[in-house]
This record gives sequence, structure tokens and C-alpha cells, in this order.
Amino acid sequence: MSDLNLDQLLSQAHAQNDYDPLINLIPYAKLLGIECLRLGDDMVFRLPANKDNIGNPILPAIHGGVIAGLMEQAAMLHLLMFMGTPHLPKIIDFSIDYLRAGHYRDTYAQCQVWRQGRRVANVAITAWQAKQTEPIATARAHFKVDEP
Amino acid sequence: MSETLILERAQRFLSALRHCQVLGIQVHGADPQGLTLRLPYSPHIVGNPQTGVIHGGAITTLMDTTCGISIVCALPEFEMCPTLDLRIDYMHPAEPDKDVYGFAECYRVTPNIIFTRGYAYQSDPQQPIAHVVGTFMRMGKSLQGNRELQRTIQGGGA
Repeated sequence: MSDLNLDQLLSQAHAQNDYDPLINLIPYAKLLGIECLRLGDDMVFRLPANKDNIGNPILPAIHGGVIAGLMEQAAMLHLLMFMGTPHLPKIIDFSIDYLRAGHYRDTYAQCQVWRQGRRVANVAITAWQAKQTEPIATARAHFKVDEP
Repeated sequence: MSETLILERAQRFLSALRHCQVLGIQVHGADPQGLTLRLPYSPHIVGNPQTGVIHGGAITTLMDTTCGISIVCALPEFEMCPTLDLRIDYMHPAEPDKDVYGFAECYRVTPNIIFTRGYAYQSDPQQPIAHVVGTFMRMGKSLQGNRELQRTIQGGGA
């Protein structure tokens, strides 16, 4: 996949409001089943309930690493979609706080870019299930956004 | 606690976690000093199709699991300990087509909290691809609904 293709895919996705072709390029996002929904100027990422994403079998609860994976992928796609990042951003560090158990149901994630410099972006990510005001996890990540 | 017992508990704990089975994560080694798990390279967990590099989320899952299960190296009895927080610092990107190993140890155990740390590496443990710290909450041995899992993981007469 060349950078040109990525650009083309992005503008197509924006125009048609369909981000599936973009997500289909990323095997891990497909494995988890990540979807994205555009709500006006906002983007919400959804992870539909999937048995293969379960960690704790008793509750049952989604694996904490899956929730983190959704949030990291959400942040990368958010940067690609809104910040004019020309390449897939590269993760520098990732820090997550787990606030509630992630039950076996749909999970949502939304991002806030607090700062984008020339080389590095700082993104905060919130994940929730029942109510956006009751997050199951918050995270923040730094990404390298310049040359690949 | 003997190394064999720690190894068996780590294996039973890991086999109960469905998503870890999906990723093919296996126990590589376990003793009182810490736990090592192996995440096999697979095209399904690639995050960057241009380079074939594994997605950070798969490495987070590996390290959350390694830190969480490393608790069996430090506690005499199995306890369910949910993750409070986890931080990963990437030293350099993973190389494609190579498995990733995760090592973790508990460096402080209190009545309520367990502090763990570790690293992820590929060919050389001296050149980690990421450093990790994770904090876990102790829920006690008799948490409702977890007794069955506790029996399964502790094994036999334990």
C-alpha cells in the first residue's frame, strides 16, 4: 500500500462517509471487529460484542488488552482522519486507566487531540459502554506523526 | 511454591482467557522471579500493512496478560486481580515475522495492590521493544463468582 493509496482511501472515506475500506486495510482492527461511525464532525469508534474478545470468562469481561487495542486504534484513525497526518502514526507510549469492568457488550471510544506538534501528537481517549459519562477506561497516548 | 506449580497455574490461568487463545499466546517460562509469555507473529495482528509490524494493541494484550498472570509467581494462592492501570513505553518498533516475548515480575505486593513491571522483546531481552509497568487491585480470595475459576487455576487438591 503506497501513501498515495492511503490518501485516496481517506478522501473516499470522507466523501462517502464509509470508513470500512480504511479499517479493512488494518488486519488487527479487523480481527477485533472495530467499526467507525461519523456523527457530524465527530467520530465514534465501536467494538461490537464478540466472544473472541473476552478475557475474564466468569464475568464475562472483555480483555483489558482488547479495550486498549480499540483505544489505540481509535487514536490512530482519529489522527489520520482529522489532523491531516500523511502516514499511519507510530505509537511512542500508551497509558491506560481501567475504571470499570468492560462487560460482554458493545464498547465505544472517542478521542480528543490535546496537542499536535510537527513531530508528536498527544491524544486522550475515552471508552464507555452504557453511558459516555461512565467510562470503563481512559487513556492517553503519544504518537510520532512525521516521516514514517 | 515450586516452579512446576507456578508454571501449571500460569498455564491454566492463560488457557481460561479466550482472547489470549485467539492470539495464540503461550507460557514460555515461569518461576518465583517472574513470568514470560510468547505472542507468535501472525498476519492477523498486523497494525501497519505497509511494514507488517504487529499492532500495539496486541502487544498491550500480551503485556497486560503477562503482568496480570505474573501475580501467580508472587502469591501463594490464586487471586483474581483486575488491572488498575498499565503504561507501555515503546523503545523501537517490533520487527515483522518475529514472535514477541513478554516478561513481567511483581516488585511490590501490599494487602490491596500489586505493582508489576516488565518488558517486551523479540530476539534479545537486552534490547526490549517496550517497557511496561502495571498496577493490579487485589479482590481477595473469596470474590463472588470467582471461586470456580480459582479452583480451576489452582488445580487439584490446592
